[in-house]
Amino acid sequence: MTKAMMALGLSLASSSALADWQVNLNQGVTEISRDIFDLHMLIFWICVVIGVGVFGVMFYSIFMHRKSKGAQAAHFHENTTVEVVWTVIPFVILIGMAIPATGTLMDMYDTSEADVDIQITGYQWKWRYQYLDEEIDFFSNLSTPREEIYNEAGKNPNYLLEVDNPLVIPAGKKVRFLITANDVIHSWWVPHFAVKKDAIPGFINESWVRVDEPGVYRGQCTELCGKDHGFMPVVVEVKPQAEYDAWVAAQRAKKAALAEAASQSYSVDELIAMGEGVLSTGHAPPVMR
Amino acid sequence: MATVDIDLPHVKDHDHDPHHHGPAKGIGRWLFTTNHKDIGSMYLIFSLCMFLIGGLMALIIRAELFQPGLQLVEPEFFNQMTTMHGLIMVFGAVMPAFVGLANWMIPMMIGAPDMALPRMNNWSFWILPFAFLILLSSLFMEGGAPNFGWTFYAPLSTTYGPPSTTYFIFGVHIMGISSIMGAINIIATILNLRAPGMTLMKMPLFVWTWLITAFLLIAVMPVLAGVVTMMLMDIHFGTSFFNAAGGGDPVLFQHIFWFFGHPEVYIMILPAFGIISEIIPTFARKRLFGYPSMVYAVASIALLSFIVWAHHMFTVGMPLVGEVFFMFATMLIAVPTGVKVFNWVATMFRGSMTFETPMLFALAFVVLFTIGGFSGLMLAIAPVDFQYHDTYFVVAHFHYVLVPGAVFGIMAGVYYWLPKWTGHVLNESLGKFHFWMSFVGVNITFFPMHFVGLAGMPRRIPDYALQFADFNSIASVGAFIFGLSQLIFVYNIIHNARVGEKATAQVWDGAHGLEWTVPSPAPYHTFSTPPKVD
Repeated sequence: MTKAMMALGLSLASSSALADWQVNLNQGVTEISRDIFDLHMLIFWICVVIGVGVFGVMFYSIFMHRKSKGAQAAHFHENTTVEVVWTVIPFVILIGMAIPATGTLMDMYDTSEADVDIQITGYQWKWRYQYLDEEIDFFSNLSTPREEIYNEAGKNPNYLLEVDNPLVIPAGKKVRFLITANDVIHSWWVPHFAVKKDAIPGFINESWVRVDEPGVYRGQCTELCGKDHGFMPVVVEVKPQAEYDAWVAAQRAKKAALAEAASQSYSVDELIAMGEGVLSTGHAPPVMR
Repeated sequence: MATVDIDLPHVKDHDHDPHHHGPAKGIGRWLFTTNHKDIGSMYLIFSLCMFLIGGLMALIIRAELFQPGLQLVEPEFFNQMTTMHGLIMVFGAVMPAFVGLANWMIPMMIGAPDMALPRMNNWSFWILPFAFLILLSSLFMEGGAPNFGWTFYAPLSTTYGPPSTTYFIFGVHIMGISSIMGAINIIATILNLRAPGMTLMKMPLFVWTWLITAFLLIAVMPVLAGVVTMMLMDIHFGTSFFNAAGGGDPVLFQHIFWFFGHPEVYIMILPAFGIISEIIPTFARKRLFGYPSMVYAVASIALLSFIVWAHHMFTVGMPLVGEVFFMFATMLIAVPTGVKVFNWVATMFRGSMTFETPMLFALAFVVLFTIGGFSGLMLAIAPVDFQYHDTYFVVAHFHYVLVPGAVFGIMAGVYYWLPKWTGHVLNESLGKFHFWMSFVGVNITFFPMHFVGLAGMPRRIPDYALQFADFNSIASVGAFIFGLSQLIFVYNIIHNARVGEKATAQVWDGAHGLEWTVPSPAPYHTFSTPPKVD
């Protein structure tokens, strides 16, 4: 009981310390994410202006044209001019809105001439990243410990948005994602890239990104995919070209070492020792019971 | 005109026809009734029960989401709650409530003695409780209730669904049959049983909106039946409609589902438009502005609803031209919807307004539904939708159009017409208290969801990252305020409907229409002789 109370206190303290009050979209770090942000703000302000107008007239009537103030009801109930005007004006506004939106959409769909091709496969409940030109292939699992999820330990700042092996991409390069799934439909989303694409079994969707600013960007699966849908985050590390190359070399070396190790023969004791290592790194998904 | 004057004096002298003397006694009255008023009441009571059950599930969801971490329920059960909450609210609460209102009001509004097909009316209600018993019983089955969201996307709902999916499919079939029969009945009634002089363009807007809604129902409920049948085939009979490994296409499911699902959205809002169009003129004491354009707006919304379905699927990888088409078509819906809102405001303008409970709900409807419409317009912009899709921004959007939209519309209608049904005026103070608690609760619940959605919180997750914590706590508090305030509503209608002040025939001094010409409570049989409308 006391332990539970402590955990509750701990989680409350950590959540209030780390939570913020973000109310708007992120501008993001790509040209397209910024275009999308601008479209979002444009349509938002159009809505605000229309809203202020409509609700303004409505509340004016509510305050001025009330029976308790002795208001007498007028008798008009149609006016063709007014009705035509308020049908045509929204139509024109919408056309004005749709044209830039179509332009952005065309940019988003232009996946040609990519520098790096990465296949992303959704699994229940993890992501697999395969670098098509580099022979790099790994899974990316949630790394938040189950103690944090069950409130038995304080939550770290990247709670539920952290993985064991993040996707690594080079800065300033056009990276094409080939997105599919192995079981049910998932959806791969990184808000700062404005890339969200459904991962559909049997089909390959395309999307792309060019990030100039190195850093770590976090997102989540956004299509309900079963029990642990909330526990399959996306983490992308954008590295400068040199660091990316070093990372690729390291991955290759690791792969070579593995291949080397696989061709060796081991004694029982050695195998037990290695097996313990695998178990304690917690590769079993943390929420599964 | 199909109406026949059967209310002859000599018939009244005989005892062998109890229908001319009022309702039968005991449970038989309800089981075997063919009276539109009885059936309307049963629909409404059923809907209220479902609203409370679905609401309870929403409160379980909000309690779990009050803070980060898993506290109360496991993810499996959380997914069952989101699924069942959606299904029950859509098919159990909102749709039957509108059918109940249609049963009660359409015959009285067009001067008909009853619905055109009274026995089918009885059947279309009585299969409904069984559909929901089947659906709810899946909560107690091995493997749990359906857990794939109310949109039940394949293959999560087929290859990967729980065993109870088959019961869910059976339940959906029964609901669909019920809806189709209800819709046939409404169309037959409106087209055949109008009083002499009640031309189509003189019909009250509630009748118009229901006529159009009924056509939508007949058009799309078979599509829903088709898609669940294809699921059934995939699950039990080795077909691969939605299984890529067998040559099928999971996205095909979404196209069929949303071809049903988008008109379904308007099925849940058009009758509310009708109710609001009745209430605002009454309490503004001024005729509805632009009646013909209101009718045309509803009709064009209904037609457009068939060509916008894929705006629910902007991220599935449609071709560019598909994205652009569905974006333009969707934005087009804003035009007739805007016309409706402008007409309501123009009706209020230079009226002589009072603010009884039905009017308060109607005004809140106009404001909050419009906010939901604005977020809908934002969602229509395809490139931006890539950021909004499947986040809490969408949850905020559709709850704004469904809760302060459809549900407030239903509540406004109940407060407006209940005195006609029971003959007792509801307690105004209690009604206003219910309104303000609901209004505040609904906004505290759903407004912050816009924020967490834009900040990046996906929908349908049982646990979330820390930056979403504060607004989620606020939303949960709001949900409990909203949920508990519905108990005031239940108390008000059950208690005061019996003991409240006696209502006059007109009830509201600005009310016009045939339903206000019969006494309150409305006699068991109204308009046995058709009234003359000029």
